[in-house]
Amino acid sequence: MVTVERVWEALGEIPDPEIPAISLVDLGVVRAVTVEGDKVRVEFTPTFLGCPAVEVMRAQMAERINDLGAEAEIDIAAEGWSSDRITPEGRRKLEESGFAPPAPGAAPTTLLQLQKIVSRCPYCGSEDTRLENLFGPTPCRSIRYCVSCRQPFEQFKTI
Amino acid sequence: MSEDDITKPAGSRSEGSVPESAQRILELADDELILGWRNSEWTGIAPFLEEDVAFSSIAQTEIGHARAWYELAARLTGRGRVDADTLAFDRDPDEYRCAPFVEARLVPDWAKTIARHWLYETADAIRIEALQASDDPEVAGLAEKIDREENYHRMHADMWAERLRDEARFRSAVDELWPSALGLLEPGQRDRLCEILSREPVDPVERGEHTEELRPLWEEMTMVRRSVPGASW
Repeated sequence: MVTVERVWEALGEIPDPEIPAISLVDLGVVRAVTVEGDKVRVEFTPTFLGCPAVEVMRAQMAERINDLGAEAEIDIAAEGWSSDRITPEGRRKLEESGFAPPAPGAAPTTLLQLQKIVSRCPYCGSEDTRLENLFGPTPCRSIRYCVSCRQPFEQFKTI
Repeated sequence: MSEDDITKPAGSRSEGSVPESAQRILELADDELILGWRNSEWTGIAPFLEEDVAFSSIAQTEIGHARAWYELAARLTGRGRVDADTLAFDRDPDEYRCAPFVEARLVPDWAKTIARHWLYETADAIRIEALQASDDPEVAGLAEKIDREENYHRMHADMWAERLRDEARFRSAVDELWPSALGLLEPGQRDRLCEILSREPVDPVERGEHTEELRPLWEEMTMVRRSVPGASW
């Protein structure tokens, strides 16, 4: 018999396709799980609309649920993803693997606000870092540079 | 949308065409797809590496937004007969609803590229804001998601406009593009754009006619789809 807890547990074992250190559950893309008999419905909310990992995530979730002996229905949630949905555990894992977690709270909307964001280097812990590029290798990341240890690093955007 | 529109036999319309009620969404989707395509032309050849990354990423999100709008338009109209790819790639160039503003290939003119980027993002914010107040929860929800992503495009565009604002090439590019930038918006939204940019209204270049730049882009964009129908990977 499939239970909601068992499904969450299984989804928590799926690594993010682009940052395998963090799971889909830690990333906060799984919004709700409901079980009815042997049918499991997952509501998920991809990080960015243009994220090419969406289909991979969807397929992996369906596969894990099928492994539990249930049928999977994966729906995109109406509400968008917010970087505040990354769990505390997820933020810790991101930092450990060299990614600065997103600044908490509302996203900056002006250049001035953007420049005021203090971001800690995930390598040496210094706060003497600067924004190099609003955009990075994936839609969800920016590129920063640590002035103290001279290490470029990536930061999750706040959205 | 009326029941008539969706119950019309598929053969009475050309492949991928949709009723008027979804045309507004198609305008947005087509603008985003074509501009995303044009922005991607800077990949590998931008003036410096940071912009190579930025324009590639912006192009990727614009095309992602186009896909989301196409999916919505397909759901509103298609009943399984059309999907996002059908709408994006199976129409004739004349059936696209994009504004002439997004059609031109601007490589290698960086000043003009930034002028278009800045004007587009400023105008786009106005229509996305309006869509967030839509009665249709799907439209409003999607507009809200897109707005949060576009926020980064706007900050990037503002940063560049600030840097280039006293450059003659940038200023003349803004002047040249201004009438077609106004044409991106519905008439009722144009005053707001004039106000934000402190510019006088002029006769806009309206949506409807395409420039000669669209067809070569379309030929390249749909090449694989046309040569191997039904291909997937």
